Amino acid sequence: MTNLEALVQGLTLLAAILLATRPLGGYIQRVMAGERTFLAPVLRPVERGIYRALGVDASREQAWTSYAISVLVFAFVGILVLYLQQRVQELLPLNPGGVGPVAPNLALNTAVSFETNTNWQNYAGETTMSDLTQMAGLAVRNFTSAAMGLAVAMALVRGLTRRGIRTIGNFWVDVTRATLYLLVPVAFVAAIVLVSQGVVQSFNPAALVHTLQGGTQTIPVGPVASQEAIKELGNNGGGFFNANSAHPFENPNGLTNWIEMFLILLVPFALTNTFGRMAGDERQGWALFAAMMLILVVAAVVSTASEIRANPLFPSQVSTALGNMEGKEVRFGAQTSALFSVVTTGTSTGAVNAMQDSFLPLGGLVSLFLIELGEVAPGGIGAGLYGHLVFGAILAVFIAGLMVGRTPEYLGKKIEAFEVKMAMLAVLAMAGSILVFTAIAAVTPAGTSALGNAGPHGFTEILYAFSSMTGNNGSAFAGLNGNTPFYNIAGAVAMLIGRFAEIIPALAIAGSMAGKRAVAPSLGTFPTTGALWVGLLIGVLVIVGALTFFPALSLGPIVEEFLLHAGKVF
Amino acid sequence: MRAFLRTQLWPAIALLAILTLITGLVYPAAVTAVAQLAFPTQANGSFIVVDGKTVGSSLIGQYFDEPQYFWGRPSAAGATPSNPGGYDPTSSGGSNLGPTSRRLIEEVVQRVDALRKANGNAPIPADLVTASASGLDPDISPAAAAYQVPRVARARGMTVAAVQALVAKHTSGPMLGFLGAAHVNVLQLNLALDGLLQPGS
Repeated sequence: MTNLEALVQGLTLLAAILLATRPLGGYIQRVMAGERTFLAPVLRPVERGIYRALGVDASREQAWTSYAISVLVFAFVGILVLYLQQRVQELLPLNPGGVGPVAPNLALNTAVSFETNTNWQNYAGETTMSDLTQMAGLAVRNFTSAAMGLAVAMALVRGLTRRGIRTIGNFWVDVTRATLYLLVPVAFVAAIVLVSQGVVQSFNPAALVHTLQGGTQTIPVGPVASQEAIKELGNNGGGFFNANSAHPFENPNGLTNWIEMFLILLVPFALTNTFGRMAGDERQGWALFAAMMLILVVAAVVSTASEIRANPLFPSQVSTALGNMEGKEVRFGAQTSALFSVVTTGTSTGAVNAMQDSFLPLGGLVSLFLIELGEVAPGGIGAGLYGHLVFGAILAVFIAGLMVGRTPEYLGKKIEAFEVKMAMLAVLAMAGSILVFTAIAAVTPAGTSALGNAGPHGFTEILYAFSSMTGNNGSAFAGLNGNTPFYNIAGAVAMLIGRFAEIIPALAIAGSMAGKRAVAPSLGTFPTTGALWVGLLIGVLVIVGALTFFPALSLGPIVEEFLLHAGKVF
Repeated sequence: MRAFLRTQLWPAIALLAILTLITGLVYPAAVTAVAQLAFPTQANGSFIVVDGKTVGSSLIGQYFDEPQYFWGRPSAAGATPSNPGGYDPTSSGGSNLGPTSRRLIEEVVQRVDALRKANGNAPIPADLVTASASGLDPDISPAAAAYQVPRVARARGMTVAAVQALVAKHTSGPMLGFLGAAHVNVLQLNLALDGLLQPGS
């Protein structure tokens, strides 16, 4: 495709997100506040039935500690059940391929992975998971983990914006409403549209095909569209097939590819508007929207510029016109693949329509850095908003406060030592998990024996793996064979740290802020709308990310980019 | 303890069970029902049937190396010594070789040599020497088709113009003019060359 076509493709996506943000943001705000919406006649009775079965009083809210315990208990139960389900899948129905039990450390990694919205996959779906495990295990976590992220984001925003109420919402109610009113209906419509374009949705066994040259081919199908829709909408990213959204049955053409990118970006951006409405000033939300979108657009331009280059080490007889096509699909081309890679790593999705491992070093660097920013441009469903508020907004007002020497305020409340400590805890836990695990893996045989590439690219595979797992992204430099006891277990720990060392501080901040008295804005209050604030927000996010990860990135993609042009191979 | 069981553990178990029912069984069943009613061909894999025999899926690439057929892209899907061509749909995936991988560069050099032997010395489109992401890429670029036209025409005793016309018929631009890249479906083109493509499929 031409660069002009690529630009039009990018701009239509941006425009569609811009148009959807306000109506969807308002819808989410009304749903999460328990107001009546157009789906209420059908869903209200279901919702009430769920509360009755749970023994939950929907009008009773929780303090932050109780809310956090609910998050942890729900996640732990989810991990345990998913682990057991994989271990006994051969005894359960809907197993047309006759696959056996998943090995214990792989089952653990996968259970944690899907429960934490990571969807890191150390297995190939075609040959490891039964249809029932995929559909009633893994895809269920795609809903619940997304709903959990959204719930936590709402709890944090309630804490930041409420006046005189110490509670921050009811976790069970938040998860129920997010799933019923938002995720299921949107995913359903999206799944049908995807099927119309060729995404499969079938319980047939694999088809045996007699090819034109007289060979045979075994082609597995499955309930793919239903999983594909929520995998993108819920920012999960775990593919039904090993090749993920590069597989023609998951993503058959340019239109499905655009729809999938739209689904990925839809809710994270809409939540900025939900936030603005809850803060009583939609401009507060648009400021976050602008910061997220600016980072994303710059990343897309850089990644595209990288991937339309041909690999300079290829023989001169190869035309350079198509750019870097290793690990890419012809129907997408270099530009669309680069755009998708930015969309999937700017959020916590991790679905891929091209193999990240075969990107040129600069393109791989962009994906890696977006994850290491904490996935805040725009980040995962809910996780992006609470990440942006914790990593970005709270630290930014704190730094602005330091510069003028007065106590920082955000949304009319003072940000004090406790909040900044919690924000820093989240920043340090994430950086620590990525860098410490990478360091261990880089110097131990257990870490390096799994590599698919040598030289700096091999180091990038390790750094990417722990960035992706800690960041709950799930995309991979997939040359790394992660299905070893070391990567399965260390990865599970990294995913748990990445998820809960961010959620618990976020909820603690919510609880602390909820109890605070509002202060009237004065002349010294730093305005948290407008261009100056957006600039400061981006500055804080990028500088904290760059300072933390520049040394590691230098050893990986940065040095590889130089070596590529020096003609060095490994 | 009792309070914990009642207000935390039980809601967690019950909510997981109910949401498994709704999102894990009802939702996919509903999608399947609508999909099978409204779009049965697509939902089941877009298979192409010729004379009662399933010859492939229009979305899944096949391995071609005979001169009278257009060749698809190199494939890393299930590529083993016994199946060097790849294109195994039970093990989709790319090569995952990085840009500075010696193996990648060596493989590309080998592919370039093989293509030049079969097709002459025109510049080679990059998609013909690089492994796709899925290993099942059903398409090649229009340039990669044009590059192979003289060979296919010679092998079939057809005129270059006749082959070019078929290629043009099976070339799709970006969808709506800007979504994705232009491509040629290799299996459909080869079926058309064999005169096996029924109208409408």
